[in-house]
Amino acid sequence: MSAPLLQVSQLGKRFGGFVALDGVDLQVAPGERVGLIGPNGSGKSTLVNCICGTLHNETGSVTFAGETVDGMVAHERTRRGLARSFQLPRPFTSMTVADNIRVPLLYTVAFRVGHHVTEAEADERCMELLKLVALDGKAAKNPRDLTQVEMRKLELARAMAADPKLLIADESMAGLSHSEVEDIVALLIRLNESGITIIMIEHLMRAVMAFSQRLVVLVSGKKIADGKPDDVIKEREVIGAYLGQ
Amino acid sequence: MDLQLDLLINAIIAGLLIGGFYAAVTAGISISFGMLDIVNIAHPAFIILGSYIAYIVNARLGIDPIVTSIVMLPAFYVLGAAVYQIYYQSFEKRGQESLRGLAFFFGVLFVTEVCLLLVFGVDYRSVSAPYIGSSISFAHMEFPLRLLVPCAVSLAMFAALEIFLSRTFIGRAVMAVSQDPQALRLMAVDPTRIKRIAFGISIATASMAGAFLIIIQPVIPSVGRDYIGRIFAICVLGGLGSLPGTLIAALLLGVIESITSVFYGPSWAPAVSFGILLLTLAVRPSGLLGR
Amino acid sequence: MRTPVFILVQIAIAAALYFSLRAIGNDYLFFLGYTVLQFVVLATAWNILGGYCGYVNFGSSGFFAIGVYTSVFLYTVGQSLDDLFPASIAGPLHAIFPLPVPVDVVFGGIVAGLVGLGTGYLTLRLRGVFFAIATLALAIVLQTFVVNWSFVGGSRGAYIIPPDKVPVFGPYIEFLFALMLALVIIALTTARLIERSRLGVGFATIRDDELAAEACGVPTLKLKLIATVLSGALMGMAGAPFPFYIGYVEPGSAFDLSYAVNSIAMPMIGGTTSWVGPMIGALLLGTLQQIATVTISSAVNLLIVGLLLIGFVIVAPNGIVGLWQGWMRKRSRA
Repeated sequence: MSAPLLQVSQLGKRFGGFVALDGVDLQVAPGERVGLIGPNGSGKSTLVNCICGTLHNETGSVTFAGETVDGMVAHERTRRGLARSFQLPRPFTSMTVADNIRVPLLYTVAFRVGHHVTEAEADERCMELLKLVALDGKAAKNPRDLTQVEMRKLELARAMAADPKLLIADESMAGLSHSEVEDIVALLIRLNESGITIIMIEHLMRAVMAFSQRLVVLVSGKKIADGKPDDVIKEREVIGAYLGQ
Repeated sequence: MDLQLDLLINAIIAGLLIGGFYAAVTAGISISFGMLDIVNIAHPAFIILGSYIAYIVNARLGIDPIVTSIVMLPAFYVLGAAVYQIYYQSFEKRGQESLRGLAFFFGVLFVTEVCLLLVFGVDYRSVSAPYIGSSISFAHMEFPLRLLVPCAVSLAMFAALEIFLSRTFIGRAVMAVSQDPQALRLMAVDPTRIKRIAFGISIATASMAGAFLIIIQPVIPSVGRDYIGRIFAICVLGGLGSLPGTLIAALLLGVIESITSVFYGPSWAPAVSFGILLLTLAVRPSGLLGR
Repeated sequence: MRTPVFILVQIAIAAALYFSLRAIGNDYLFFLGYTVLQFVVLATAWNILGGYCGYVNFGSSGFFAIGVYTSVFLYTVGQSLDDLFPASIAGPLHAIFPLPVPVDVVFGGIVAGLVGLGTGYLTLRLRGVFFAIATLALAIVLQTFVVNWSFVGGSRGAYIIPPDKVPVFGPYIEFLFALMLALVIIALTTARLIERSRLGVGFATIRDDELAAEACGVPTLKLKLIATVLSGALMGMAGAPFPFYIGYVEPGSAFDLSYAVNSIAMPMIGGTTSWVGPMIGALLLGTLQQIATVTISSAVNLLIVGLLLIGFVIVAPNGIVGLWQGWMRKRSRA
């Protein structure tokens, strides 16, 4: 295995007396597709928030692309190539769909390359991303007027606009229909094949199994399994955790 | 006894008595801001309204201001429920409460103040009651009844509120409504109804706080502004939405203000509460008793 | 329109306004106009933080008063150079003092900007409401300090005697009017530049959703601090010429709550999403108030402002500009 892109070691986080994360280790290699599952309240979202800098972990550390990112706030991590989508889509509602995607272009890509992205470059990249998620017909619309699945796609496209090395997709499929789920899974696999490492957090087992090359299971803030999806779901502890809830 | 020490002890006593009154003034904000997440900066305006109602009734009929304020409780409750209904329909439902909701309450504060100014002018108004002016002395300590009576009634009101919130179903629903409206819905409780009730109660406390205020000091319409800083300082310092915390913070602020004004002059007193507020926000936003 | 052209257009309008008022030849109009223009600057400044970023500042009167009292301070220093400094230093200082008002404006802007930075740093990491309450607190803390600071007059207030006439401009009020026109141009140009730059996009993301903004790489804290500094500095600049305009300053008039209410009400009524809204709101409401003060009473005109504020936030959340845009859209559809 080559040097990991993301290395999470002994991550701990508590909210008051509640232990949300209890010494979680996680390694993700470049180019991997990892599924992260666990029952409600198992700490998945807290883990994502700690990796992305929305929350700060109390113990342990997060290393991304060979650099410790502990103590960095969220936008600094995004600029280093760590992008996320939100569980509930959080579009900027005072802007059009296209302008939503332009935000990371202006604030992430421009900083990384070290020069201003020109209007023409931004427009071109913006349309490219909208085509990728099949939203190019809705570029001028307000995000409020989008359907659920379109909103999720916008969320992913906006995360992609940050030109990430690692994309964390937080429950991008909750509440979608069968064909819409397949649509998004196919999209995520396409993105992965273009070279982006992806962690998918998902409740929908069908989607996780179709997507993941490796499966990580979190229960009560602890990692209880990590391996090939087919093996992991046969583990007794995993079955217990799911049936037990 | 040493004069300085004497001054200090009496300052502390006056501060504690004033602090008890501050608790009543802040109770409403602890509910609306602390529990419901509604930034009702117009609360002091409702308190001043309570003061003026107590003043009119006292001047015309000679009725005790505290009695008036208790009689007026239902009216203030209805007023609060109505204000919440407007707030809910216009802002909360549309998800615009942060910017426009704040501006709304700011407008209400200002309009109420100007209206009172137009009706009553800028003269100081005060009430008369048998206990105003006399005091109980004990050892070297002075207990002015003007402060003692409002403080006692205020603590009683505070205790009643605490019992209501912690022991009754509606009270517990009020405590839970901003954290977990979903859970309430699952129990077939309408969160909006709970919030309306709670906001009505929070404005009702202003009726009593207003009566206490005009017993303690003469009132002009702009006095309310001085209380904006105090009530938010107390509310934040006490940890948002915690009534026991509010009480402790209120007593603490009362004492600090009283000592400041005795030893440095009353013109510095307004800065105390705001200074404490700014410091708390900067250093310990979760308040004294917060985690 | 490109920015240089925009500035030229503004200068042309300002010049036209100035010379037409001069042609009428009534100094009273300059007095009224000054107040209206002052509100344009305040409303525009408030909107940079309130409208663009969604952070409500209740303490506009505090920032305004910082400008006012910076001028009073510098003026008082100029008056008492010989008492404050040894003769060897006071001598050369007499050549510099009294400072020209535009220099006071610069200092007022700097001090108010720094106070904005401090307030922002203390409170912007918390929820937005705390910022709103903290600004209110700030205004009262500052007022208490000024009341107790006898060097600038304390609660008694301070008299400032402006020169009668200024070269080129003639009567002093005409000079102050022209100065305020210049500040309006600076404020509007700043607001418009922000709107059309990356900064404006960043501000809008903060207003919409700070968490999502951070995830998109927007440095929210830094941007909010930029906004508080710019907004505070412009308010301070608007306040700096005030002592020379009014002649006598006391804390109550410098910290008057009506500045805070107006600088919220004007953008809310005009519309908060672009630089046009606060300007329209300030021109309309400012003029209306001047008329109402003269014809009815100042208390009634404040009541009108308050009621308009409440009415607009409930009925027309996007202000006059929003109503206009809605109307245009309907017309184009019909």
